[in-house]
Amino acid sequence: MNTTDSATNVYRRVGQDLWKFILGELKPKGKLLTPFNIISAPIILLGLVLIVLRFAKGLGATTNLSQEFPWGIWIGFDVVTGVAFAAGAYIVTFMVYVLRMDKYHSIVRATVLNGFLAYVFYAGALTLDLGRPWKIVNPIIGNSFGVSSVLFLVAWHFLLYMMAQFIEFSPAIAEWLGLRKLRKILGSLTVGAVIFGICLSMLHQSGLGALFLLAPAKIHPLWYTEYIPVLFIVSSVFAGMSIVIIEGTISHRVFRHKISAEHHAKHMDIMVGLSRLAAAALFVYFFMKILVLVHGMHWNELLTPMGSLYLVEMIGFVVLPFVLFVTGAKNRGRKILLTAAIITAVGIIFNRLNVSVIAFKWYAPVHYIPSWIEIVITMAVVLGEIWAFRWVANRMPVFTESPQWVKLLDREDEYPVPQGAVADMSTKAAALQPVKYKE
Amino acid sequence: MLLGPKNAFGVAVKKDTAQQYAMLQDTTRCIGCQACERACCEKNGFPAPDKEPEIGYDRKTGPEALTVVNAAATSDKGIVFCKSQCMHCDQPACVSACLVNAMYKTDEGPVIWREDKCMGCRYCMIACPFDVPKFEYGSLNPRIRKCVMCYDRIGEGKIPACADACPQEAILFGRRGDLLDLARKRIYDHPSEYVRHIYGENEVGGTNMLYLASVPFEQLGFRTDLGTTPYPEYTKTFLYSVPLALLLAPAFMLGIRQATKGKHDKD
Repeated sequence: MNTTDSATNVYRRVGQDLWKFILGELKPKGKLLTPFNIISAPIILLGLVLIVLRFAKGLGATTNLSQEFPWGIWIGFDVVTGVAFAAGAYIVTFMVYVLRMDKYHSIVRATVLNGFLAYVFYAGALTLDLGRPWKIVNPIIGNSFGVSSVLFLVAWHFLLYMMAQFIEFSPAIAEWLGLRKLRKILGSLTVGAVIFGICLSMLHQSGLGALFLLAPAKIHPLWYTEYIPVLFIVSSVFAGMSIVIIEGTISHRVFRHKISAEHHAKHMDIMVGLSRLAAAALFVYFFMKILVLVHGMHWNELLTPMGSLYLVEMIGFVVLPFVLFVTGAKNRGRKILLTAAIITAVGIIFNRLNVSVIAFKWYAPVHYIPSWIEIVITMAVVLGEIWAFRWVANRMPVFTESPQWVKLLDREDEYPVPQGAVADMSTKAAALQPVKYKE
Repeated sequence: MLLGPKNAFGVAVKKDTAQQYAMLQDTTRCIGCQACERACCEKNGFPAPDKEPEIGYDRKTGPEALTVVNAAATSDKGIVFCKSQCMHCDQPACVSACLVNAMYKTDEGPVIWREDKCMGCRYCMIACPFDVPKFEYGSLNPRIRKCVMCYDRIGEGKIPACADACPQEAILFGRRGDLLDLARKRIYDHPSEYVRHIYGENEVGGTNMLYLASVPFEQLGFRTDLGTTPYPEYTKTFLYSVPLALLLAPAFMLGIRQATKGKHDKD
């Protein structure tokens, strides 16, 4: 990845022209020819070409979707799995803003940013899958409210949650642009946006599972259960945690120079805490899956080919990462935790694809297999999200500390500060003696 | 009076399925001539069917074939032909799946699709237990295609094209209540010719397409494992929990936030 060598970001100062600053920030920072860029750039470019092709030629020419299999990996992976991966944002904000676990404060921005971009990119990829995307506003405006549809709920929640996440992240943008007044307003909205966002998340994480409740005769009995919504929300917890751990470990290396010494020291503690939560969620999930299996009485299915797939999912991607998370958390082993997180993430992809694609019409003689175009576009979407994340993280206070004036702003209620003193403050802020400003 | 009064739209009674338009297909009468298929294609402007019903080959409906006739080899009644198309469920899965009300259950009975609303998400195709809605994948302005029981023809006082074309009177069009009575009478009068089962009477909560057969329906390729629960019921519990969650969760979370407040926290 390309990152700057200079240690800290320089945010816009008071008096600096806003547009000139933004134009300056648009330029790439750091080296362009890194291994990651060399691999990802061609895939993204190819993906963009293929997206044009998809709209020029239609779904039939570019995908392997059929009358039998109307949903492929653009739904099963991009949307259903992508949203599960974005669950870290609602869990971490819950821990920090509702439970006030201050330990995790330093990863809030990175997690929320990752969640927001995941929604924009993965859920945005939904428009590629729509046959008539120009009608996409129909569920939002007009008199076409299909209120009895789970998809209607999911669509609205996507939209509202993206807004909530944007509000949660927006103070970082205001800090980057040095907009003091705006930062103050946006900062005051955070708790409200967080609580609203958690409600929305809980409902649409489970809602994505509830979508498949309408296909009882088409999804293999080992995966179809009336508890799909509950299973989806519980698995979203470890899905989100695994991505936060993977992202955190990579970011910790890539953005090393940006991360404060204090955050560095706490990083392992945070990872261990998240791993414990992931392990707990995996345990609950495993327990629930067993209950569902027992109540469903589908023992005989376990001996079929689909049954072995089910066992691989349960043992390889639920029990194994649980054990790894527990041992890793005990020994504080960075590598074990990362391995556990990667296995969990792969397991989530596997599980979501099982419900939405693989176990869907398992009885069909010819099963859907994605076309290479579908795969390349999906890869481009994922890589595009990483590029966007890096672009923001390289410019805004995501890993770096907020500018000094923000700290004074947060204490302003106690010690009023005269207007227009921001520029002054950033130099004097180190002293942090607001009493001086009192008169 | 099977065809109902000429201007029936005004008198359609909501949710009284006995008064809704429906069709009864007596598979013991079907000879597999495909007159219904040809009439359907002509009415909808599709090319005429190029394949004939053939044992062992499952012809499927498609965006340019809204109804197809298949042949099935049965255990003791020889070859039986059977036409398939949209079942026009009383509480359709596709309608409860559609987030823009493009799939619409009319008060008169037929389930129709409305082009100006559909965004092409194909959730209806996932949901439909009979795999009826078909999507025009090859088109840049793709539509969902399915049998709409010739809703426009009904409006003009005519009967659906397939029923009109059938030389055997194997497809009857009328009020659902009347057709159920007729079906029961046929079973009662000719117990050796029919199995005692009207497919569609209770399947997935009842459908406006009703079938009579001489052999158990699974032999004709019908899904008999669908149950009698209307499909919207499967998601109803989840949808009911939504307002509850939105009401209770914020209060709960604000409560925790207050409870975890430390000495130095401002709010």
